[in-house]
Amino acid sequence: MKGYIDSIESMGLVDGPGIRMVVFLKGCKLRCLYCHNPETWDYVHAKVTTSEEIALRVKRNLSYYQHGGITFSGGEPLLQPEFLLDCLKRCKKIGVHTAIDTAGVGIGHYDEILEYTDLVILDIKAIEDADYYQITGSHMDEYSKFIEALKKRKNKVWLRQVIVPGFNDTEENILKLKEYIKQFPNVEKVELLPYHLLGVEKYKKLGISYPLEGVPAMDQEKIKKLTELLES
Amino acid sequence: MNIYENEWRSFKGDTWKEAIDVAKFIEENYEEYVGDDTFLVGPTEKTKKVWGICEDLLKQELEKGVLDIEVKRVSGINNFEPGYIDKDSEVIVGLQTDAPLKRIVNPYGGMRMVEQALNAYGYELDADIKKHFNTYRRTHNDGVFAAYPSDVRKARHAGLLTGLPDAYGRGRIIGDYRRVALYGIDYLIEKKKEDLIDLEKLNLTEYNIRLREEITLQIQALNDIKAMAATYGFDISKPATNAQEAIQWTYFGYLAAIKENNGAAMSLGRTSTFLDIYIERDLKEGTLSEETAQELIDQFIIKLRLARHLRTPEYNELFTGDPTWVTESIGGMLENGHSLVTKTSFRYLHTLINLSSAPEPNMTILWSPQLPENFKNYCAKISILTDSIQYENDEVMRPLHGSDYAIACCVSAMTVGKQMQFFGARCNLAKALLYAINGGYDEITGEKVVEGYEKIMDPILDFDKVTDVYDKMLGTIAKTYVDAMNTIHYMHDKYAYEAGQMALHDTDPEKLMAFGVAGFSVAVDSLSAIKFAKVKPIRNEEGLAIDFEIEGDYPKYGNDDDRVDLIGVDLIKAFYEKLNSHPLYKGARATLSILTITSNVVYGKKTGATPDGRPAGVAFAPGANPMHGRDESGAIASLNSVAKIPYANCCEDGISNTFSIVPDALGHEDEERIHNLVSIMDGYFTRGAQHLNVNVLNRETLMDAMENPDKYPTLTIRISGYAVRFNRLSKEQQLEVINRTFHGTI
Repeated sequence: MKGYIDSIESMGLVDGPGIRMVVFLKGCKLRCLYCHNPETWDYVHAKVTTSEEIALRVKRNLSYYQHGGITFSGGEPLLQPEFLLDCLKRCKKIGVHTAIDTAGVGIGHYDEILEYTDLVILDIKAIEDADYYQITGSHMDEYSKFIEALKKRKNKVWLRQVIVPGFNDTEENILKLKEYIKQFPNVEKVELLPYHLLGVEKYKKLGISYPLEGVPAMDQEKIKKLTELLES
Repeated sequence: MNIYENEWRSFKGDTWKEAIDVAKFIEENYEEYVGDDTFLVGPTEKTKKVWGICEDLLKQELEKGVLDIEVKRVSGINNFEPGYIDKDSEVIVGLQTDAPLKRIVNPYGGMRMVEQALNAYGYELDADIKKHFNTYRRTHNDGVFAAYPSDVRKARHAGLLTGLPDAYGRGRIIGDYRRVALYGIDYLIEKKKEDLIDLEKLNLTEYNIRLREEITLQIQALNDIKAMAATYGFDISKPATNAQEAIQWTYFGYLAAIKENNGAAMSLGRTSTFLDIYIERDLKEGTLSEETAQELIDQFIIKLRLARHLRTPEYNELFTGDPTWVTESIGGMLENGHSLVTKTSFRYLHTLINLSSAPEPNMTILWSPQLPENFKNYCAKISILTDSIQYENDEVMRPLHGSDYAIACCVSAMTVGKQMQFFGARCNLAKALLYAINGGYDEITGEKVVEGYEKIMDPILDFDKVTDVYDKMLGTIAKTYVDAMNTIHYMHDKYAYEAGQMALHDTDPEKLMAFGVAGFSVAVDSLSAIKFAKVKPIRNEEGLAIDFEIEGDYPKYGNDDDRVDLIGVDLIKAFYEKLNSHPLYKGARATLSILTITSNVVYGKKTGATPDGRPAGVAFAPGANPMHGRDESGAIASLNSVAKIPYANCCEDGISNTFSIVPDALGHEDEERIHNLVSIMDGYFTRGAQHLNVNVLNRETLMDAMENPDKYPTLTIRISGYAVRFNRLSKEQQLEVINRTFHGTI
């Protein structure tokens, strides 16, 4: 089955446990202020691949993925549900661990997708709709549908939030987040990701103005402190 | 038979007592260790004191280039007075000369090289020695140049064949230094005498006459080793009785080798598990503690770190950082499914913590997915902390060499004491391709280097035509290369025979002749460009292609793309077959390596623009690495391309691959990084690859180290088969390292 991807990283080491093949799918409805993969928003310059091809590549490099697996990232992997589902099924058949790295904003088929997903890496943009809208340019309804499905299916989850100076780097936000994540039944890990400036160059190349112009990278020390607060 | 009742007390087995068989002794007596690293301890006061003095001396040496040179004596096993660092604190003794880091003059390889080196550092050889040596003694270098044919001279001059050991020691020979500890010198002499008598039954052919003379030289060398040890107050005629003696005896064997020879690579072998047997016996007998056991190992390693050879500035440009390749092979498996990992395997690696990271000894892990998990994790941990160790695949080497082999230099495997090799640098495959296009004329000098070829004058290069001529060209060059190697090793045996090292081999061991190539990825990508894109040569007035215009894209080596990777496989197989089709000196078998060390920079400098789009003078990728920045499909794809190069029956002298990854890309937490690195190694080696150098560091660190070298005095990195202190590289080489692909850069 055909799918549209931006690229494939054959040795992803930070998007799920172990060594993973990471497939970056094209397309995303959100326009997060800090997005560092703007090249994946639309389908321009998409590479066409197939689920058969993906499975073949997993098999070929299986010796690396035995303690790792495959992660579908993006873009938003949930925007190509049929392709994603077919890939997941094929990978489960081969016997590798599957993960999706998502903001939870797709177009349905969540139950079925989650059935073949061992781990969901969920990016929590914000807890309240007003903040969510400010960061992503969308409202929370689609995201809410996804997390309802996720809570029902009880998949393992890694929760992530990007922390941006001046936006959500307050203790208040972290305490709210701490409360918020209690609704997920099977949380393995919570990570605060410091906002960085590595995306700036990409915007320049793509000729898009950078929404967070002038906002500094997140201070590592502060992230450490906030993480401690989250874990306390 | 138990002639050494006390020395061999509590050791199991008999066959190794009747005939020399260290491998059997190890198998029957070692204790595998599958636990973790928590038993390890820090350095003792004595060790700290000795190493403190050495660190000061090393700093002085770095400032001056060399600390000192002995000019009143020349190389030899017992030609120097004993030397010490701090006698009372040294638990392992012995230096090459009478003072630490004082270098030896070895004129047997060639007098010109010695004089150039002495000149460079402001020294002069003792007038009497110079006069007598020049008057009465021929050297290896004299011999070689008396016999070299003209095509070898031309190929050498043009940089088509480079790094040939025709003016200094060939190295890469590993004596089985453990034999000195296990058997003592007298036993070894007895066995050599028996071999000499056995030979009398055979016809005295030229081969056997030479062998008889060699054995006689070996016996003399064994006596010299014994006498040298006696100057340090040790009687090594009998086997070692405890761990301290076992390490000391083994070291005397190695020390004799580096007093007698100045080979490019003077490797140690595989000693850790052997020595562990003695350490375990002492621990059980209550005569040793973990602290004193680690002290012995730390101090042994200190001695190995002080090994030095006198080199010329040109040599240093090729192989930077004063490398000695004291390679020690650690780990590996037995055929019965048990690993050869012992606590002393850990203790060796732990010296990188106790004495801080360092390029020497060149710690080499013989990797198998079956190694104990704790050991794999410890290796990965030390790699991440120090960037000082390399990994080689036991699963591809053990079937060829058995379970008691060791690595010489970087990637070159030999069964210890049972195989030796005739080393001989490398052929520039990229330049050879240009010669095929340019009718044997050198693209830089315009001189005719290879006779019998016409220029290819097509406006667009035709793949079939180019490969056909290239194949013939490689055939011609192979013959020249073999002629050079046969000449070199004939003369080396004649004028600079390594009697001390060969005394610690079986008599008449199997011989390998180790050829090599450089510019592999450039040649492969060039052929791919000619095949899949349009390559138009730009010619100068003489009709020589000095640049190329490339229209369209082409598949590049390093992306796991068979269309190009298999061009490489075919190329390397063809070149190997051509080399092995010629008769080789002493009945040797050809082996081949894809290894450059740091010479890829110099090779690149001497090579014109190539059809892959690489501009003239730009550095090659090191070893078998894909060209920088062309491996665009991620790390695994890059590793997969290299893993396709055949090891058995082709590149048995090694396929070097250097892998750099940024710490953040390897994982967020320490434990995650360790597990991921282990998985990378398991994955890579399961695919049949042979070697991996691992660097876990940031490009920014290297750039900062380039600007502020004082901030990073011990920053060590791995480069194609060896490790080097970053601040000892030339600016050019530092830049080349920084420009390499760092996997995981976001």
